[in-house]
Amino acid sequence: MVSRPHGGRLVRRVLSGRRREIFESQYREMPRLEVPLERAIDAEDLARGVFSPLEGFMVEDDYLSVLSRMRLSNDLPWTIPIVLDANREWVLNEGVSAGDDIILTYHGLPIAVLTLEDIYSWDKGLHAEKVFKTRDPNHPGVEATYKRGDILLGGRLELIQGPPNPLERYTLWPVETRVLFKEKGWRTVAAFQTRNVPHLGHEYVQKAALTFVDGLLVHPLAGWKKRGDYRDEVIIRAYEALITHYYPRGVVVLSVLRMNMNYAGPREAVHHAIVRKNFGATHFIVGRDHAGVGSYYGPYEAWEIFREFPDLGITPLFVREAYYCRRCGGMVNEKVCPHGDEYRVRISGTRLREMLGRGERPPEYMMRPEVADAIISHPDPFI
Amino acid sequence: MGDKVAIEISRELYEKARKFIEENGGFKDVSELVEFLLNEAISDESESVGMTPEEEEKVKERLRSLGYI
Repeated sequence: MVSRPHGGRLVRRVLSGRRREIFESQYREMPRLEVPLERAIDAEDLARGVFSPLEGFMVEDDYLSVLSRMRLSNDLPWTIPIVLDANREWVLNEGVSAGDDIILTYHGLPIAVLTLEDIYSWDKGLHAEKVFKTRDPNHPGVEATYKRGDILLGGRLELIQGPPNPLERYTLWPVETRVLFKEKGWRTVAAFQTRNVPHLGHEYVQKAALTFVDGLLVHPLAGWKKRGDYRDEVIIRAYEALITHYYPRGVVVLSVLRMNMNYAGPREAVHHAIVRKNFGATHFIVGRDHAGVGSYYGPYEAWEIFREFPDLGITPLFVREAYYCRRCGGMVNEKVCPHGDEYRVRISGTRLREMLGRGERPPEYMMRPEVADAIISHPDPFI
Repeated sequence: MGDKVAIEISRELYEKARKFIEENGGFKDVSELVEFLLNEAISDESESVGMTPEEEEKVKERLRSLGYI
């Protein structure tokens, strides 16, 4: 049996049937809150069980509990607040209060109905310090926090429809991966989080994990990217090439997850693990400086934080970063290789990007040629 | 009493469970709590997902159409 959903039950809150008809007839009279893509994605993730057991945006009790102790108010581990912000003017103009239904719209398109339970203000500086461990506005997560509205709205929601998704063909929801793993007869599944094309270091880490489990879920995060990053479709093509040529048949599922990236380092590593538990994964590969940015977090902080959560319900796998050793003649890591630094060739993402950007295939000890070709053949692989 | 079997747990754990029920309610006795917890731990995956067989078949259809199965 794959992992049970976090909190015991998979949330499914998509409006359908008679209830949907009722809401459709009332849409126009309800207050509407236009949300950015990030919040529309959160809403869909909430409704489709990615954030189980959350059934909507956090109310104040849960928010404060997550901020201060990394647990929901019922003591369940939860590290990243999932909150909906609004401007004070909007709240005053609409005169909304607890019990009201609000329509969340994205580009005018109704996304979800939020049944308001709580309206509260937040201290963004404190939020930044707790979640990101810094108040520095140069941190992308902190910067994004400071730009949000002053008021938070908590309550359960029901999805009307998700925001347009260009990668729908590759998007599987928790209910779907669970059926898929069951069909495949997998009892143990390791999930791999990525935002990059695969090089040999990634392959080494994934195969090390795959040695101990029935299947691997390669789960790239799709969505907002910064300039110079690989395009989502390039990452998919590159992984398809790798899986086709270098993985045994039927042991890997490639699917994208549209979820916002916060760069919250250790807290986000735990969040990524919880989310993958909801997809049915039993194990989660935690990278070096997982979800980090700049030098805000120590390289192994994301590993250490897992000690605080013996009740997480998913097993973290700490596989050390791989490098090519000229003496060993293959990919290894510092735990299994006795040779000195002079033999070690580390795979630099920046160097790979430069070579691929020039249309060059990197050396085979860095990247599989089929993967390199899949990237190079794309007319414009970078954002 | 129906078709029941006896199980053994430590006295200490039993007392803790009894106290838990006294303070929190929700269960008639320790046996009921144990039965609930065991169900939670080993119940079928589909129960925690809450899918009907028809819904599961629809999911399989999508997975087939996308080439996953």
